[in-house]
Amino acid sequence: MSERIVHASATGPVAGFVHSFETGAAVDGPGMRFVLFTQGCQFRCLYCHNPDTWKLRHGRQMSVDEVLAEIRPYAGFLKIAGGLTVSGGEPLLQPDFVGAVLSRAKAELGLHTALDTQGFLAGHIDDAWLEAVDLVLLDIKHFDADAYQRLTGQPLQPTLDFAERLARLKKPVWLRYVLVPGLSDDVASIDGLADYAAGLGNVERVTVLPFHKLGEHKWRELGLDYQLGDTPIPDAALCERVREQFRARGLTTV
Amino acid sequence: MNAPASTTDLHARAWHDFALGPWQNVIDVRDFIQHNYTPYLGRDEFLAGPTARTQALWAKLAELLKEERARGVLAVSADVGSSITAHDAGYIDQSLEKIVGLQTDAPLKRAIMPNGGLRMVENGLAAFGFELDPQVKDAFTRYRKDHNQGVFDSYNPAIRAARKSGVITGLPDAYGRGRIIGDYRRVALYGVDRLIEAKRAELAELDDLEFSETVIRQREELNEQTRALAELKQMAVKYGADIAAPATNLHQAIQWLYFGYLAAVKEQNGAAMSIGRISSFLDIYAERDLAAGVVTESEVQELFDDLVIKLRIVRFLRTPEYDELFSGDPTWVTESIGGVGEDGRPLVTRSSFRILHTLYNLGPAPEPNLTVLWSTQLPQGFKDFCAKVSIETSAIQYENDDVMRPYWGDDYGIACCVSAMRIGKQMQFFGARANLAKALLYAINGGVDEKSGALVAPGFAPITADVLDYDEVVAKFDAMMDWLATTYVKALNSIHYMHDKYAYERIEMALHDRDILRTMACGIAGLSVAADSLSAIKHAKVHVIRNEAGLAVDYKIDGDYPAYGNNDDRADDIAKALVETFMKKIARHKMYRDATPTQSVLTITSNVVYGKKTGNTPDGRRAGEPFAPGANPMNGRDKKGFVAAGASVAKLPYQYAQDGISWTASATPDALGHTLAERVQNLAACLDGYTAAGGFHVNVNVFNRDTLLDAMDHPEQYPQLTIRVSGYAVNFIKLTREQQLDVLNRTFHGHV
Repeated sequence: MSERIVHASATGPVAGFVHSFETGAAVDGPGMRFVLFTQGCQFRCLYCHNPDTWKLRHGRQMSVDEVLAEIRPYAGFLKIAGGLTVSGGEPLLQPDFVGAVLSRAKAELGLHTALDTQGFLAGHIDDAWLEAVDLVLLDIKHFDADAYQRLTGQPLQPTLDFAERLARLKKPVWLRYVLVPGLSDDVASIDGLADYAAGLGNVERVTVLPFHKLGEHKWRELGLDYQLGDTPIPDAALCERVREQFRARGLTTV
Repeated sequence: MNAPASTTDLHARAWHDFALGPWQNVIDVRDFIQHNYTPYLGRDEFLAGPTARTQALWAKLAELLKEERARGVLAVSADVGSSITAHDAGYIDQSLEKIVGLQTDAPLKRAIMPNGGLRMVENGLAAFGFELDPQVKDAFTRYRKDHNQGVFDSYNPAIRAARKSGVITGLPDAYGRGRIIGDYRRVALYGVDRLIEAKRAELAELDDLEFSETVIRQREELNEQTRALAELKQMAVKYGADIAAPATNLHQAIQWLYFGYLAAVKEQNGAAMSIGRISSFLDIYAERDLAAGVVTESEVQELFDDLVIKLRIVRFLRTPEYDELFSGDPTWVTESIGGVGEDGRPLVTRSSFRILHTLYNLGPAPEPNLTVLWSTQLPQGFKDFCAKVSIETSAIQYENDDVMRPYWGDDYGIACCVSAMRIGKQMQFFGARANLAKALLYAINGGVDEKSGALVAPGFAPITADVLDYDEVVAKFDAMMDWLATTYVKALNSIHYMHDKYAYERIEMALHDRDILRTMACGIAGLSVAADSLSAIKHAKVHVIRNEAGLAVDYKIDGDYPAYGNNDDRADDIAKALVETFMKKIARHKMYRDATPTQSVLTITSNVVYGKKTGNTPDGRRAGEPFAPGANPMNGRDKKGFVAAGASVAKLPYQYAQDGISWTASATPDALGHTLAERVQNLAACLDGYTAAGGFHVNVNVFNRDTLLDAMDHPEQYPQLTIRVSGYAVNFIKLTREQQLDVLNRTFHGHV
């Protein structure tokens, strides 16, 4: 974990690298969310629509106080309408920073908190850390280990370990699955994932996210080679087929 | 006012099963409602769809509406100055109509109302190829003076110059001022005879007072009101109805109430002719009839549908210049729905649902202007239903009942877009708006108009520095706002003096108490442009570019500045201060009839015209570019999403803008969630959050930009596409192309 950054010290506040904020997101957790996008991710998903969040140090360095100051003006609204979601990048790349933001947002502002993660680095956070998280939006990119490695550049197992730990802790999970034709649409592995998710017992809903190419220009701007330029976006029938696979296991699916 | 209780058989028949209260002895509709209404805490599953009759009637009308769209105006009754009794009865199809009554003797045939101003009538007729009857013209040129002539007898050169340059625009000096809500419910509850009796008693109370100008005017007005009530009865007789006595069932209650409203729109072409807060009042009759088993839910809904059909075809003859200001033929038949009572019980009834349900039974439409008085305390079932209706029709607006109730109680209604008033107890003198952005340019140019080069505000020195200094600009702007407020109030006092004198709203005022609160409803346009300009001057470096005459005509900005609409106090505080400052300047003046001054931050669609009349501004806005509507942030500058934009708007102080603060928000469906259920839940939650933050008003539009683009190209496929603009709803295809583009260019909040 060479890139894992911890800025904690006895004298200074914890700081982190932030990509951006969004104040009115409706699809990143229950209700309307204030979303903190952290900077930095060690995954290199082929379909990533925010490759500009990959490099940790391309972010803007902010203290937890500064982040809280961004959230605070919306706290009254968020308490009624939704809450805080920390997304990325990969938030768990900066566990001390993100943990401090989540716990203070919960304790000081009384917000519902959600963590959007692929779970790869969850081994570095303990159960106490998770107490500040009300909901985990868990991205499982593929259920076939080899395909997962090809798609993301990293192994699948740490994510599954995290999913099982969340199940033991009875922590609510919304499972997110990005559907890419030809890459993550095969019936068998989705059946496998659906069986697995249904067996966990804490998956409150499954969100099937149809692949889109709205991030393609960012790849070009970063001088990166976008490999999915010719990949079609999934049609309505394919989306419905996949959703039905999850629904068939009794999972609430959108 | 305290007429003795009538205990005639008629009243006994009309009021049986109603809970007794002071309302029986004095005219007090609120008291009647509070004693008798049944809050409804459930959901929408009880609602009934349209009947075959409703569909047949609407289909007939749809044909006429199509023809009207093609021709602009279908027909005009140019041979007679309209009054309550001027026209014979008219019908769409008498065999199908449950609720009857048209403004003239045929549907969509517009009346002329020369009392407001003959010139406006002539121009309106000419624009659509009609001609004024020579006898009417003769009467109003030789024998009768109109409101418009009176106003111009009073205007001074400063007002004329300000009006011409557009630093003050939209003044109701040539058309009816509107924004007066008669308590039309009184007609149903008490019957007209009882109302006449009460007016006579009010007059008698003045018999022994000193006959001052005030008392004499009141005496004349009360007699005019009584006369109008008598005419109202005659008008109903033409439709075969005797409304001397109270309504005895729901059908009559709706018909009686509508007759009251119809009399008003026969005689006044007020800019906004709002109907008040009628649905929960009518619900009391619906509940009684349903309990008695004399009607079914379908029959009740049918009556509401039929009433709404009538409200959708209220028409006035207006000029193209007027349409440019207030586009799409709006009439602001605003109906205020829901809210919470002072005792904490929600004022939501089944009929709150029924009136919104007309948007499904008849399809979406801009009128009546359905306005939900939102409170975080509303029942969840109603919140969810409203959100669903918004998402599916984009036809309703929301106003903050929790903010207004402490000011206006629990029986106020919204006139026009955002103007709250206690029904039957309060009216306003509508004052259009002053252009703050242009006034800022006047401050820089020493009162010289940046477009014409004419001196509009004399006695001011221009700024000569090449880089604008914040403190100098603020000082000069402050002085210019003094001039603007002074000129503006003079104009408004003239207008309302003359309107009372030459175009008095007899029937609407007959449905008020004698002693009422009057507000002088001033307004401002260009708030976000002025605030952003000052923010740019303060936080960036703004260079002045002058023409050969030395007039500042453009600005170059070095650096970034925080813009209003991003929940950033550095800019939002400037906007707040402008609202407060201008209100205080207005309030220093003496108001006609001792009115209480108020102010709105509302433009309706006039933001386009205001922009046209205003040169380049120091915020980087180009000359001619539309302003943001109402209290909206400038298009494209609210970069942090609609929650941040709403948070900025919610900071504007209602205390200094008691005539309302308008915000129009457009979101794509996807921005609200994946599924309809999610979108409903999220929109309702947003409305709760915005309301709790003190946000005053929001127009909610939910649609994709592509839909609008397609509607521009294929208007025939979107006859009922309705969108919310500033404070009202319009048929999108009725907007001018310029206004359509303005709507398209507004920030659509989506999420990618």
